Amino acid sequence: MQRRKLGWGVALAVVASLAVAVWAGMGGSAGAATERGSGGGLTKVTLQLKWVTQAQFAGYYAAKAKGFYKGAGLDVNLKVGGPDITPEQVVASGQAEFGIDWLPALLAARDKGGDLVNIAQVFTRSGMTEVTHRDSGITKISQLRGKKVGVWCCGNENELFAALVKNGIDPKKRGDVTIVNQPFDMNLFLQRKVDAAAAMTYNELAQVLETKNPKTGKLYTLADLNVIRMSAAGTGMLEDGVFVGGDWISKTENQATAKQFLRASFRGWIYCRDHQRECVDIVLANGPTLPAGHQAWQMNEINALIWPAPRGIGVMNATEFARTAKIAQQFKVIRKAPSGAYRADLAQAAVKSLKTQRVNVNGARWRRIKVTLREGGK
Amino acid sequence: MAHAESAVAAGRGVSARRSAVGQSAWTGAAARALVTLLALAALWGLWEAYRWIGVRTELTWPFPVDDVTMPHIHSVFQALFEPSRVNGPLLITVLLESAWFTAKEALLGFALGATIGFAIGIVLAHSRLLQRGFLPYIVASQTVPILAIAPMVVVWLKSGWLSVAVIAAYLTFFPVTINTLRGLLSADPRALELMRSYAASPWSVLWKLRVPAAMPYLFSALKVSATASVVGAIIGELPSSIQDGLGGAILNFAQYYSIQPTGLWATNLVAALLGIAFFAAVVVAEKLLVRRAPENVA
Repeated sequence: MQRRKLGWGVALAVVASLAVAVWAGMGGSAGAATERGSGGGLTKVTLQLKWVTQAQFAGYYAAKAKGFYKGAGLDVNLKVGGPDITPEQVVASGQAEFGIDWLPALLAARDKGGDLVNIAQVFTRSGMTEVTHRDSGITKISQLRGKKVGVWCCGNENELFAALVKNGIDPKKRGDVTIVNQPFDMNLFLQRKVDAAAAMTYNELAQVLETKNPKTGKLYTLADLNVIRMSAAGTGMLEDGVFVGGDWISKTENQATAKQFLRASFRGWIYCRDHQRECVDIVLANGPTLPAGHQAWQMNEINALIWPAPRGIGVMNATEFARTAKIAQQFKVIRKAPSGAYRADLAQAAVKSLKTQRVNVNGARWRRIKVTLREGGK
Repeated sequence: MAHAESAVAAGRGVSARRSAVGQSAWTGAAARALVTLLALAALWGLWEAYRWIGVRTELTWPFPVDDVTMPHIHSVFQALFEPSRVNGPLLITVLLESAWFTAKEALLGFALGATIGFAIGIVLAHSRLLQRGFLPYIVASQTVPILAIAPMVVVWLKSGWLSVAVIAAYLTFFPVTINTLRGLLSADPRALELMRSYAASPWSVLWKLRVPAAMPYLFSALKVSATASVVGAIIGELPSSIQDGLGGAILNFAQYYSIQPTGLWATNLVAALLGIAFFAAVVVAEKLLVRRAPENVA
């Protein structure tokens, strides 16, 4: 009897101490982060990213790594996104002050009653394309009639649909075109199960170029493909922008925080324009399972969506906004024309403040660098 | 005296039995290892054979077979011991770090879930009314998919390792509750009557009779829960904005599956090994503890 009791006591003690150790270990690290935040007198804010760590968000990672946020009095927590995370919902519920998403998604959230406001439009060009095999001879949207066309669902199809309608093809009509719901990867295209596939310039297009072409035994090259850009088709929509809660930004002290946040984030993007390679390393340090070559390509193409920025980085172009809103309304992403969906004053103030310090906020002379892709994106 | 003698005889019997058990345990372990190896070899063979036939016959249904859809198993292992990127650490190092991170979340979730599950089991075992009232809801809790629960937990608890542990606990507590309840009620009625005739308190009935009787049930539940807690932790990481664990690695490699299919397979392999490690830990704990439980000693 005595021995058994002892055994149980020991077992319970072991389990309890293990649990406590894990608790303390994890809680300890969280506690340390809080202390650092309050100790330095920094304002703690959270940015909810649209997706997991990748060069698409390099500017924010650079602003953190290079101390731009800290210099602006901010302690910024960069929260990664994922398949179950809607940045609009995270910001609306107060779990993050700032969020990144494509403009149409923000407009849709507003249309459903979400009190959210875009304060900076960082990407001013659309990265959305449809790619076809060169031997298919399909080089224009109008040639997609009667073809199998892959596109992502749930709000990402609108640019393509607008382009099809513009060319007299009804995406909902079976006889006009067959729309295929496309998964994350490019297998459907590589296996030629679709004639055209949706590809972002900075991601899926590179995935094709990192795969061996069975016909040549070498990696696919741009010469094997036709890339039909939605921006060239005239139906590009505005993508990554920074948004906040409408109620939150109505307070004066938060407007000051937002301006500081934008200024530091813009510095991050400017840094990534001028130090592409270093920014790729910063991204990789935050995402150790990412393929390096692929991220180098992505950094380059993301820069192309921002630079050159004639109005200064992050400042919304009213014409572009109107076009995005019009396409969104045409495809019933939103029911009524948006008003008050964005304010450009904070971004303008941030740009102005950078300009007075002779920071180049336009990047008029930025050019793509050459990135060599390897098989598997390594 | 007679009592003492019989005890000594019984003692000898036990020690003789133990040494016999010791020998057969060794051969048993060897046989088990052999069977495991054979099973692994057979699976390997099946995979490669299907792959070979698929490539040769240019199979299109259910999917075309090639390096992307079914990489060679040796290339999956090879990928583990290659740098995860140019000048980077080996993939296995990266994955083991992720696995360690997930293991901590899962362990916390497992401890939380097992404790809560055990406590609920004890409460329900003492009241038929509560059992009738609550058991249906406890069962219903498991019919709600964890994928739907996880984002809600994150909304309540904010994202972070605590939500992950709670999500893991949610998958863990159920088998423990059900089996604890069954185990506690499985105590021998004659023993219960005996305890009652000694006017034993409900507390001593519980700890001296019911809980020892429930041990085998409890441990079979813990074995299920141990692997479930790993699954729960991996699932919980995605909505919690945590990418340091296996969940983040799975998402990343899924994105780049068409260019680097072995990465996802390698990650799944490590995730499976983590689940097996949790299971094995419970088996070891059972060996250490249940041997001392009265029904095995007597």
